[in-house]
Amino acid sequence: MTPVTPVRPRQGGALDPRAIRRDFPIFERNPGLVFLDSGASAQKPAAVIDGVAEYYRSDYANVHRGVYRLSARSTELYEAARETARRFLNAREAAEIVFVRGGTEGINLVANSWGATFLKPGDEVLITELEHHANIVPWQLLRDRIGFALKVAPIDATGGLDLAAFEARLGPRTRLVAVTHQANATGAVLPVEAIARLAHARGAKVLVDGCQAAPRLPVDVQAIDCDFYVFSGHKTYGPTGIGVLYGRKALLDAMPPWQGGGDMILDVTFEKTTFQDPPARFEAGTPDISGAIGLGIALDYVEALGRDAILEHEEALTSYGVDRLSRLAGVRLVGAGQRRLGILSFQVDDIHPHDLATILDRHKVAVRAGHHCAQPLIDKLGLGATTRASLGIYNDESDIDALAEAVTAAQRMFKR
Amino acid sequence: MDLRDLYQDIILDHGQRPRNFRVQEHPSHVAQGHNPLCGDRITVYLTLEGERIADVSFQGRGCAISQASASLMTEILKGKTLAEAETLFRGFHAKVTGGDAPAAPEALADEMERLEPLSGVKAYPARVKCATLAWHAFEAALKSGSAGATVKTE
Ligand SMILES: Cc1ncc(COP(=O)(O)O)c(C=O)c1O
Repeated sequence: MTPVTPVRPRQGGALDPRAIRRDFPIFERNPGLVFLDSGASAQKPAAVIDGVAEYYRSDYANVHRGVYRLSARSTELYEAARETARRFLNAREAAEIVFVRGGTEGINLVANSWGATFLKPGDEVLITELEHHANIVPWQLLRDRIGFALKVAPIDATGGLDLAAFEARLGPRTRLVAVTHQANATGAVLPVEAIARLAHARGAKVLVDGCQAAPRLPVDVQAIDCDFYVFSGHKTYGPTGIGVLYGRKALLDAMPPWQGGGDMILDVTFEKTTFQDPPARFEAGTPDISGAIGLGIALDYVEALGRDAILEHEEALTSYGVDRLSRLAGVRLVGAGQRRLGILSFQVDDIHPHDLATILDRHKVAVRAGHHCAQPLIDKLGLGATTRASLGIYNDESDIDALAEAVTAAQRMFKR
Repeated sequence: MDLRDLYQDIILDHGQRPRNFRVQEHPSHVAQGHNPLCGDRITVYLTLEGERIADVSFQGRGCAISQASASLMTEILKGKTLAEAETLFRGFHAKVTGGDAPAAPEALADEMERLEPLSGVKAYPARVKCATLAWHAFEAALKSGSAGATVKTE
């Protein structure tokens, strides 16, 4: 496959959001767009868009099936994307990378395969108040089938995870700790290394929901020492419909399939079927081949910019945003604990987030309003709804300024 | 389209100072309206005397559009018969979605006129549900009686 839009190496230097914007056709097609909703889904660089189209034009065939060269090439590209994802997470081997539909499916896979096999009545699964619905509902569904207890670790007064309270909820029956790396509703970053250490000391397994963190932080699953890690391709500048589940090899080996079909079997008779080793065991049917290849390109793009440079950029822009918004009268940021990254969730006195988002949209500022699929957290904070601006690699201070000015315009309009 | 067509003074006024914003202790009908998209919830209380709406009120929180729509609805429905309310709902729905509705009878022309400021939402498809939330709750209340029900905008 010949990449149509080469990924320009920019290793080492600081991020240049203006130059990066030129890599994203959406900004050319929508002049003046101030896109502050990357937390919901990120925009795609031309390298991804063109790369996927080029794959369909030049190299497309089903994977793992044909003996002909085109199918072999398609398989090679698909497996190369797996290797890219392995590198992106610093997993030990590519067999620990399972392609899934997104973060949601990754968590459901762990619940329905690992959870349904190893969780017993009387066991405990511990989550936190900062979770997205995707890391709450699968455990509730499974709890209702199996009868384990679903425990919830609370936030502290600043909006961060209360680590002492978390530790106090770890017990001898805790089998799994499922936590977000970063809360999508507030931007709070959780100390996942400490969480994993505490959990492992009690013999519990650890799943980390990296949907928000993967596009912002360098992620090293070996350093975190988690057992499972999931993220979504579409929030990481890749296509929709693809995501990654990392699973520690020994755990994946012990897990039964969760869906049956082609590609995941070794031998099928009507009496008995034997299954492939991971990751194929968990990828029944024709996978999202072009999605995986597009994701590989997106991860290469992110790596070329530099994960540390992206983190620095997100940190600097977050502080600028916190500072800029805090100086507006009548604007209150929602607490995100000790470490907030890339997400500014806020409320404006006397203006409902839905009205605010409509007005901001007229100023070409795209933000999200609502409970952000984290209703229990928003309820706990007593908020009902918030307005959320979330940052990406193409945002800079001018976007924050546009946001602040549009908020001020909304306040003027609502002031009577 | 200008934002001011959506946020007209009358909308902002009703949004910030909603009328009939109160709980009824013994309504004959009650229902909750819930917009899962934004988490907004309102409760509509209704007291019927025969076929006539003796009292209608609401409580809950939401955006300016949903609050103003609920407020205007309660003002307009008070004293109407159920048949008139039904006609008004159909007329209102057409106004905010840009659809067709049979022309309202002469007797309800004033009421339809008062709902006109909400017609601005038809240019904002994402906000139509905000405007119709109270009306859907009203309809659900009629169906469920005093036992209460929850309607969702989805
Ligand atoms: C923290 C977190 N977890 C899980 C998800 C679900 O991701 P997806 O909808 O891509 O499966 C999201 C996306 O909103 C998220 O922010």
